Amino acid sequence: MNSTFRPRPHSRSRRLAPAVAVAAAATLVLAGCSSSSGGKKAEDADSGVSAGRATTPRMTIAMVAHAPAGDTFWDTIRKGAEVAAAKDNVKLIYSSDDAAADQAALVQNAIDQKVDGIAVTLAKPDAMKDVVAKAVKAGIPVVGFNAGMPDWQKQGLLSFFGQDEAVSGEALGTKLNSTGAKHALCVVQVQGAVNLEQRCAGVEKGFKGKTDKLYVNGADMPSVKSTITAKLKQDSSIGQVVTLAAPIALTAAQSVDETGSKAKIATFDLNKELIAAIKDGSIEFAVDQQPYLQGYLAVDSLWLYKNNGNYSGGGEAPILTGPAFVDKSNVDAIGTFAAKGTR
Amino acid sequence: MSMAQQAAPAVTTPPASGPGKETDGRTQQRPLALRLLARPEIGVFLGAVAVFVFFLVAAPPVRDGSSMANVLYQSSTIGIMALPVALLMIGGEFDLSAGVAVITSALTASMTAYQLSMNVWVGVIVALAVSLAVGLFNGWMLVKTGLPSFLITLGSFLILQGVNLAVTKLVTGNVATDDISTMDGFDQAKALFASSFDVGGVNVKITVVWWLVFAAIATWVLLRTKYGNWIFAVGGNQQSARAVGVPVTFTKISLFMLVGFGAWFVGMHQLFAFNTVQSGEGVGQELIYIAAAVIGGCLLTGGSGSAIGPVFGAFMFGMVQQGIVYAGWNPDWFKAFLGVMLLGATLINLWVSRTAARR
Repeated sequence: MNSTFRPRPHSRSRRLAPAVAVAAAATLVLAGCSSSSGGKKAEDADSGVSAGRATTPRMTIAMVAHAPAGDTFWDTIRKGAEVAAAKDNVKLIYSSDDAAADQAALVQNAIDQKVDGIAVTLAKPDAMKDVVAKAVKAGIPVVGFNAGMPDWQKQGLLSFFGQDEAVSGEALGTKLNSTGAKHALCVVQVQGAVNLEQRCAGVEKGFKGKTDKLYVNGADMPSVKSTITAKLKQDSSIGQVVTLAAPIALTAAQSVDETGSKAKIATFDLNKELIAAIKDGSIEFAVDQQPYLQGYLAVDSLWLYKNNGNYSGGGEAPILTGPAFVDKSNVDAIGTFAAKGTR
Repeated sequence: MSMAQQAAPAVTTPPASGPGKETDGRTQQRPLALRLLARPEIGVFLGAVAVFVFFLVAAPPVRDGSSMANVLYQSSTIGIMALPVALLMIGGEFDLSAGVAVITSALTASMTAYQLSMNVWVGVIVALAVSLAVGLFNGWMLVKTGLPSFLITLGSFLILQGVNLAVTKLVTGNVATDDISTMDGFDQAKALFASSFDVGGVNVKITVVWWLVFAAIATWVLLRTKYGNWIFAVGGNQQSARAVGVPVTFTKISLFMLVGFGAWFVGMHQLFAFNTVQSGEGVGQELIYIAAAVIGGCLLTGGSGSAIGPVFGAFMFGMVQQGIVYAGWNPDWFKAFLGVMLLGATLINLWVSRTAARR
């Protein structure tokens, strides 16, 4: 009984006790806070595809794009390029700037580094003309991808991989004729972007009904949502919303839902979440220009040219990567690839 | 809400008015109308009313209740950030990183929850810590180096922009976060940050309520607390503020952290409203927040302004932006319309305050 009053030799346990308590609490908190659904655990991700590795000598390829940073579409292009680079034993230097002058400077940078090949986008062809000519003159093989369909041959590029924006826009517009839409709204997320305007113009050309345009601020999703909501409210005859990027399409679906509009949604470009939306029917279909393929082929073609002298399209015709339609009928097959973020 | 106190130079103590001085006219009561007009927010209030009436006439869909709810939603996502940005501006500084900081917060919350497969509230709390830390960093750099806030926050703007992209890519393998809408806690968080409710058949977003609540709190703090006086003091004249015992360092750092808090709140809204976030978003938004504060009567040089002014500033921005769409004007002119309307409203604002000052 005396032992109750005896001071316990607790110098060690006193130091340990708080640590144990904290660890226990942390474990409890972590266990209690873990999510039973979704999350990384639920994602059975293997990262992308791989096609082995070539034993050819290491070469360096510069890929110079005009993409804004942090855009899911451009990320897919880059992934395609990286996978091709890994396969071909290529050191890939990826750079990007949406200001034409800065993109030209990046090409110059690649020339200075004496790379073995350059893959470039010609979103603003005139601004790129001089520097591309310099690269060609320096004996560096140059291919084009994504943007620059009207100019690649004029500027002496070996090949071009991409979709014709106007053609894919027209294809989407034509498809709308069969869905019974009368009045379409084309949502442009960057005012003044040439390729986006071309898409809308294509839609207008292919679509028999009326096409309106709407500009939204792509950097601010709440603003995108309320602007589309406002437009649907202003004009209740809009039966079809056409967006030019996957995240905008998903936001448009919310606007349609909230306004109680009957409008259907079609979009350009894919991402993981869009696949789910096509499956559940909130988005009807997407035009897929296969950005992964653009990045992959651009790099792979430069490797082929160096090692076997081939050039795709024979210098005469561009290689079209789109438009491919993704709708309920084929979404399951493509969805498994898109879930990895490579499609 | 009582706003009897003059907001302008709150701390510059008036010269001691001895006996008999009451008759020299300086302390004479000015007419009520002029006294009202002299308030920093009255100009923007009239500007907002003008824009509102204009669109009521020009754009029939605006007369509908749900359209107004939509305008208020757009205004609230700007307005919630415009409030701390305005307080910071009254305190003599501004924050260029506010736009991307919103996305930083949303990305942090989403990735923390998703990658660790945690309840989303864990992500929300971590994001709050990160957002406050960004504010702390800005404020601490400012008071330690004495460099202008333009440089400090331009630096953190670029850092955050790069970090948003690089870390997202590193962690998720993509430049956007994964969908967290099926995870535990999502529905509760959505209820807090991104739900909506019906008022007389009109669907109102919860952000509108938060916006007004925050505005009321900010007004009270600014006009009725010691801290509010400190904000005016450090913005008016930092040296004399320090001399009379205002904790300048604390005030400035806490103001930057307040902007961090706002960024967290708006970031959480975006995350729970749209389920995923692209890492490249948010660029350019900082200027819209600053614009709403300036239109709302906050001086770019500090020391003057109010919390209610930016509420009308944000409303004006949202009203013009959506009003142009409701009016169905040619969208090619969208940005030009927006600029003209804002300038016009700001000129009304300026004219009102000049008229008031001239008496």
